[in-house]
Amino acid sequence: MSVPKSPSMRTPLARVRSLGSSHSGTSDFWRQRLTAVAMTVLIVPVIVVVLMLIGSNQAGAKQIFSSLPIAIIMLLFIVASAWHMKIGMQVVIEDYVHNEKIKLASVMANNFFCIAVALASIYAILKMSSGV
Amino acid sequence: MTARIERPLSPHLQTYRWTLTMALSIVHRATGVALYFGTLLLAWWLIAAASGPGAYANVQAFTGSIIGKLIVFGYTWALMHHLLSGLRHLVWDLGYGFKANEREAMTWGALIGGISLTVLVWIAAYAIGGGR
Repeated sequence: MSVPKSPSMRTPLARVRSLGSSHSGTSDFWRQRLTAVAMTVLIVPVIVVVLMLIGSNQAGAKQIFSSLPIAIIMLLFIVASAWHMKIGMQVVIEDYVHNEKIKLASVMANNFFCIAVALASIYAILKMSSGV
Repeated sequence: MTARIERPLSPHLQTYRWTLTMALSIVHRATGVALYFGTLLLAWWLIAAASGPGAYANVQAFTGSIIGKLIVFGYTWALMHHLLSGLRHLVWDLGYGFKANEREAMTWGALIGGISLTVLVWIAAYAIGGGR
């Protein structure tokens, strides 16, 4: 690397800080792993719940979701997966979309999609488990 | 943005000899993207279960159709594959499994394990509910 012509007070670290494509350091990397590990644990009970629901009608499904442990397991899984997929899709967008404006719009749309899917699913589970 | 500096770029994909880990790296991303959109099905199903018998019957009609079954089967495989393939990444994140035979074994494990788990889940599903 070339030495800057005019002397600067900025340290080398300050110059490279937040220059990554996400401008947010390693927090996304960490959360991606955190949610991944959470889902590896949660996947077993989630599969059991899905298998329990096979062949049941709406009343039966509602009955199953009215169980508190089942509702909590599903809620945890939904939060972890929505967060995980938001980060994952953002990485894909940052890799392939190079136009700054389209990238901004795509990242925003990604956030909207993940939050909408998560919130809709969470609301449905809360509605069922509260017996409304 | 400051002035662009012409940095050396890594050669494009076609330059490299095709390897299993490369192919599966792409499959990992592809299954991730598929699961992203697959959550729409999950959300639809949960909302329908919370809405009422009519809405739930619509979902069951879809998942019971040939196309619906294919999509749910594909979703199951994408989930199982992404899970095992992701575990492989977690091992690599911890700094293990970089030897040629280790990474090949883990990659084959994810590929075969993903298919096996998918078949296993579907056998269980048919055993319980006679299919969906």
